[in-house]
Amino acid sequence: MNGQARAQLESSLQFLQSYRPPIGVTDELLQRDGSLRPVWRPLIELLASQSPEAMARRMAAGDQYLNDAGVYFRQLAQGASTERAWPLSHIPVVIAGAEWQQLAEGIAQRAELLEQVMADLYGPARLVREGLLPAELIARNSEWLRPLVGVQPPGGHYLHFLAFEIGRSPDGGWFVLGDRTQAPSGAGFALENRMATSRVFFDHYPNANVERLAGFFRGFRDALNDLRQDMDGRVAILTPGQETDTYFEHAYIARYLGFMLLEGEDIKAERGRLNVRTISGPEPISVMWRRLDSRFADPLELDESSAIGTPGMVSTLRDGAATIVNALGSGVLEARALLAFLPRISQVLTGAPLKLPNIATWWCGQPQERAYVKSNLARMIIGPALSTQLPFDADSATFLGGSFRTAARPSIEEWLVSDGAGLVGQESVSLSTTPALVNGSLVPRPMTVRVFAARTSKGWIVMPGGYARIGQSDDPTALSMQKGGSVADVWVIGEKPVVTDSLSDQPQGPFVRRMPGILPSRAADNLYWLGRYVERAEGVIRLVRAYNRRLAETGDPDQPLLAALAQFLDRFGTDVSQPVPENVLNLLDFAQNCAGKIRDRFSIDGWSALADLSRTVRDMSRTARTGDDASRAMSVLLRKLAGFSGLVHDNMFHFMGWRFLTIGRALERADRTSAFLAEFADVASPPGGFDLAVEVGDSVMTHRRRYAVETNRSTVIDLLALDINNPRSILFQLEQISRQDAYLPKSTVNGQMSPFSRTALRLHTELSVATPDEVNTARLWNLRDEIATMSNDLTHLYLD
Amino acid sequence: MYDITLSISYHYDSPAAVSHNMLRILPRTLPGQQLITGLITADPRPSFRRDSLDFFGNVITEIGYDMPVKDVFFRFAGRVRRNVEASNLDLSPQVGKLASDLSAAATLDSISPHHFTGPSDRIHLHPEIAAFARQQASSSMSVVSAVQAISQAIHRELIFDPEATEVATLPIEAFRARRGVCQDFTHIMITALRSLGIPAGYVSGFLRTIPPTGQERLEGADAMHAWVQAWCGMEMGWMQIDPTNNIVVGGDHIVVALGRDYSDVAPIKGAIRTVGKHETEHEVNVIPL
Repeated sequence: MNGQARAQLESSLQFLQSYRPPIGVTDELLQRDGSLRPVWRPLIELLASQSPEAMARRMAAGDQYLNDAGVYFRQLAQGASTERAWPLSHIPVVIAGAEWQQLAEGIAQRAELLEQVMADLYGPARLVREGLLPAELIARNSEWLRPLVGVQPPGGHYLHFLAFEIGRSPDGGWFVLGDRTQAPSGAGFALENRMATSRVFFDHYPNANVERLAGFFRGFRDALNDLRQDMDGRVAILTPGQETDTYFEHAYIARYLGFMLLEGEDIKAERGRLNVRTISGPEPISVMWRRLDSRFADPLELDESSAIGTPGMVSTLRDGAATIVNALGSGVLEARALLAFLPRISQVLTGAPLKLPNIATWWCGQPQERAYVKSNLARMIIGPALSTQLPFDADSATFLGGSFRTAARPSIEEWLVSDGAGLVGQESVSLSTTPALVNGSLVPRPMTVRVFAARTSKGWIVMPGGYARIGQSDDPTALSMQKGGSVADVWVIGEKPVVTDSLSDQPQGPFVRRMPGILPSRAADNLYWLGRYVERAEGVIRLVRAYNRRLAETGDPDQPLLAALAQFLDRFGTDVSQPVPENVLNLLDFAQNCAGKIRDRFSIDGWSALADLSRTVRDMSRTARTGDDASRAMSVLLRKLAGFSGLVHDNMFHFMGWRFLTIGRALERADRTSAFLAEFADVASPPGGFDLAVEVGDSVMTHRRRYAVETNRSTVIDLLALDINNPRSILFQLEQISRQDAYLPKSTVNGQMSPFSRTALRLHTELSVATPDEVNTARLWNLRDEIATMSNDLTHLYLD
Repeated sequence: MYDITLSISYHYDSPAAVSHNMLRILPRTLPGQQLITGLITADPRPSFRRDSLDFFGNVITEIGYDMPVKDVFFRFAGRVRRNVEASNLDLSPQVGKLASDLSAAATLDSISPHHFTGPSDRIHLHPEIAAFARQQASSSMSVVSAVQAISQAIHRELIFDPEATEVATLPIEAFRARRGVCQDFTHIMITALRSLGIPAGYVSGFLRTIPPTGQERLEGADAMHAWVQAWCGMEMGWMQIDPTNNIVVGGDHIVVALGRDYSDVAPIKGAIRTVGKHETEHEVNVIPL
């Protein structure tokens, strides 16, 4: 050992001096004799050489990445859910490649076994007839979906993407805590953890022989594409929507893999096919990666209360319409009690024992097993047999045997007798510990790892890495993020340097420009309404500013113009007695809600700008006072809105989605301007109405320069309705609408204009040739009716 | 032998853009019951129709419309032969010993009693109904007499009242109100039986409209009716009983669908994209030949 190496080793040892794993558990970092596991050595040497400041800078770089990427999770508490910062534990879990290889073989074997059990439970149910599985465990399992019995998947396989929650026991071996077969999440988060952690160790990671994750995703993406029965069919990801705690991951993975992200209402089951409703009409889907629990997939045949499903989906699956990944009903395999029977099933079905054991489990519906659990209560976790929760994610009905108070014990024993068939006992194993950085030093914390496996044409592949969950304390029941736990990257370290890899194939042959894929109607609808709500908010804010400005000058809310303005705003749901009217908050919430539903198609910057607006307006509403103060607050909001519009119009790709957003904004502006002119540019309007109109129309300077006279009805109408060069005029909006409409798929069909195009062109022509005196109040009201019709026509054509 | 017609009509205030309906209204062919002819029609003509069998062997007819519809009619007309041989032999085990019969029935086929033991979509075991069940039946009674005792008690304590409940009413609500229609009577009885460990399911069907001379008209004859089937052990298998009228099911009942509770057998389930309200009417005629 040379001097430098010796110095490094010494500083590492010093660094680890206070790291003391609990007795009787395996530690990932230290071997039983207290020596460092060789695979961790390079990382520990790096950590030991860092000053506290340098370390803090590294952590901050990781957090900054997560923040910029908009990674969050939803914390559910007391019925409400909020977006919280991603709790990354910056130190990865490091595992040697050779060990991982063994683990991966066990995972692949288990995945194939689960496939066989699934095929049996939805087919001949031989396992039940032959006594390998109790009938009641299946019949009472609410995830065993009777309508799917006998429905064979088109490609012959039920399971395609699985996750396994694994831990390491005190003897050093890995074991499975739970199989995640329903719609496992976490793979996208594993990617994000990797991105963030590689920034923390930006100088170390590239050469640390860490196996890359991209190959796994490429393999799975190709497998999904291969599952299509014909080249027409598309691959889609089905999400329950933005209210779920893993929605971020759904949007992220859809973007990463380049698949459409759909919700139940995007899909229509018709004539034995599943189609996505798009702005160009129905398009077939032949592979669907489902991130939604099976029960909710079809209100007609499954959970009838589901509002997020596709009515008739199950029926189309009987006709082999699509491959669902995983097949509906796969959640039946997640029940805890199944773990009690899998070891024997493996023997009988494959003739081989499980390479990777699962947590020892006893179903208390059998007398012998019940007796065993009863006499070993102290080291048991007792819980519902059909629960799909992991043993350590203790739900309210699960109890750690060891922690029973003596007084409580008789009642547990009674419980085992009265409801034995409903219960399982699971061995309460101590999980291994792994280092987490707390206040600058490493401390051992319990951990589990979620591992992912995907079926490809060459068999199961296992992601070389995973998603580790790290406990907040020594308490193994506090692993979940919901309970304050954190997450970490998993590094599988190979012997050889890795080849840098990314998801995209190197293009071969001549360059082909690929246009973005189809636009689902619901996404277009949300973009259209995003445009409308943002514009509506802007209009209201301008009016509220004008009101407060004048109120600050005159101090008299009964002055005719102010009274008229208050009444006008009231008709649009805005109460100007509030300094920041609630309606402004609502409109911005609606806008954010629309944007939230299309996060896979909407830029992160755009989203941040909207979130910032929402925050700002909430802060303001707590402090602003009517008058000058409110007027200035509105000016701040208008500047922020201009920033958002700038992002959308300068940075967003001008494809179909953008066109709907632009049409929404233009229609809304035309409508509001018409309403406003009808009210305040009428011959009977209160004095000051013309000036108000010009101000709200943001055209004070133009008016001054152009007309060199006081405002009068003609100048105001000319400028705000008929001037094609004024981006706030009604005619300008109609011009914009016609221009965008020309690109829409149904603007002209077989030489016939759509009703929407017809009205747009007619209104455009009529206003182009109109003179100010022809555009009277009646005509403005009529224009609003026409605009409402256009919105209905557009909805009917593209968005329904 | 019966000639049966059923018509269901829907009227929507604002036309539904897309609709997808699932009907379970075709009588089954079972031991003691043959469907001789039967036809389901829909007006307007559906854009899509598909007939299949569900898990429990009931006939499902799916009917879809691509175009907006304001009024829809579904109609079943058919002829059914019923020949029930009444048996007075009680071969059922004691309630307390049913469990061993149950564990011997290790299958998941559609008539396996295991489907009918635990909670299902609309049946959740409830301590009040369980206590009520225990008052009527002890574990030393035979299963058949326990089933009859519970049917009798429900018939005695509940008032048939079409105004008291609706299709979504929970069994426990109807039980507490001591009022309801055949669906409530049936759900309460299923809950009671399952809480005693007796597998129990839901039967939907038709009831002869005009009673034989000299007999009273049965409740539930002017719409689709519901009653209970209970599993009485390996030897006897399933028996059907009608708690609304407190009679063991015989020749006046025609079985349409079998399931765990109402959601397995609902005569019509629909998914409609509409904002407005709708009205619906059902009409049933069961005429003996």
